[in-house]
Amino acid sequence: MTRRLRVDPIACAGHGLCADLLPDHIDLDEWGYPILDDGRRTAPLDPDEIRAARAAIAACPTLALRLDLESGGRV
Amino acid sequence: MTAIAFRPRLLAGWATDASRDDLAAHLARHGPLPRLTPDALIARVDAAGLRGRGGGGFPTAAKLRAVAAGRRRRPVVVANGCEGEPASHKDAALLDCAPHLVLDGIALVAHALGATTAILAVHVGAADRVREEVAARRDRVPVRVEEVPGRYVASEETAVVQYLSGGPALPTTSPPRPGERGIRGAPTLVDNVETLAQLALIARYGPAWFRETGTPDLPGTLLVTTGGAVQAPGVVEVPAGTPVRAVLDLAGGPTELVQAVLSGGYGGAWLGAPAIDTALSHTALREAGSVLGVPTLLALPARACGLTQTAHLVRYLSGESAGQCGPCRFGLPAVADDLTAIACATRDAPAAADRLARRLGLVTARGACALPDGAARLTRSALHVFAADLRDHLRGRPCGGAAAAPLFPVVHG
Repeated sequence: MTRRLRVDPIACAGHGLCADLLPDHIDLDEWGYPILDDGRRTAPLDPDEIRAARAAIAACPTLALRLDLESGGRV
Repeated sequence: MTAIAFRPRLLAGWATDASRDDLAAHLARHGPLPRLTPDALIARVDAAGLRGRGGGGFPTAAKLRAVAAGRRRRPVVVANGCEGEPASHKDAALLDCAPHLVLDGIALVAHALGATTAILAVHVGAADRVREEVAARRDRVPVRVEEVPGRYVASEETAVVQYLSGGPALPTTSPPRPGERGIRGAPTLVDNVETLAQLALIARYGPAWFRETGTPDLPGTLLVTTGGAVQAPGVVEVPAGTPVRAVLDLAGGPTELVQAVLSGGYGGAWLGAPAIDTALSHTALREAGSVLGVPTLLALPARACGLTQTAHLVRYLSGESAGQCGPCRFGLPAVADDLTAIACATRDAPAAADRLARRLGLVTARGACALPDGAARLTRSALHVFAADLRDHLRGRPCGGAAAAPLFPVVHG
């Protein structure tokens, strides 16, 4: 099952730790806010990336990241 | 110009004798509300092809079905009439002229969904008159009228839901949409007041009647607010699909030479003069590079500078940001600054144009609500429609109307 990383734009305060932990999927914009790889608020992940994604989710000081099922349900 | 052979539906009372329909007048005009089973109502709305009139244009029947199907708790019905878009006055006009069509629509969907709570959300200062009309009725589900703060983002549906749940009138992150988890966690149907009034007409007169006007894809009539360089700015009711030029003519016609029309509100997009005959529908306006959104048409005089006027509007939108999402909070002021540098044809203008191209991508689709997307769409359309002016501005030769004051209202609510 494909998982999708999603950022909550209201919760996100631009700490930027996620970009260090998931550099393949997350860049920071000029104000320090994460750009996920579809250029928006979500990024699809391969199964072998789930562990790194969970680390990024746990590291976020404002708990602004989460992992959704591709269909939209929450994991 | 083609004459429009057409009788207003929602604003029939207003069109006949400029009067507001109280309950007696409303019943005399439309008769009593038919009793319909939930399935029969939804089937009629579906067959009529009614689309939401709050800007998104989503099929109303599909939204009704989704809330009806997902209900583990009793749903709540919210009629959204608080209209945060400064260019639009249609919801206020409708509540003023035909409040009982809106209240009929609320009663119909509340019954269809088995809701016991129904709320009509209106502008600050508009509740008292509507409450008088509510008090005259004997609805099985009582309608509570609530005033929502008059701010741009406050009328967005998640903001309305958060406010009516006891929080601030600011957008929330979705999903979940209100239809899944809305007011105090209950599935909540949020429909624009015009949508509900159209639904009340469909319940009475049926889908075939509804489709007698409008287009196959967008049947029925639209309430459109006109403004800017027209003789009689205000709200008009027209068949969907009416050309932009014909709507401006209904508003008394242009007061002077018009170079472009802003469609879809401050978060909409400019239509250049060659697009003046575009039909008012989601599809036709999208193909012309603009949007229907909440139908508003603002005529820009030829003497004005489109880049300067757009900079004023983007500055206004930037000030209306709730500041909740970083890309909007920091991005919109940056976009407004870049656009201002271009409008003023400063030495920095060419560099600002490069920054702007990058930043418009950065503020799109990254916020909780559509405010930053709208500001980016407006800006992109200005760079496209006023491309000749842009070239001059970047060479340090601003047009005559550069640095002029705002032509459209930019007062914060």
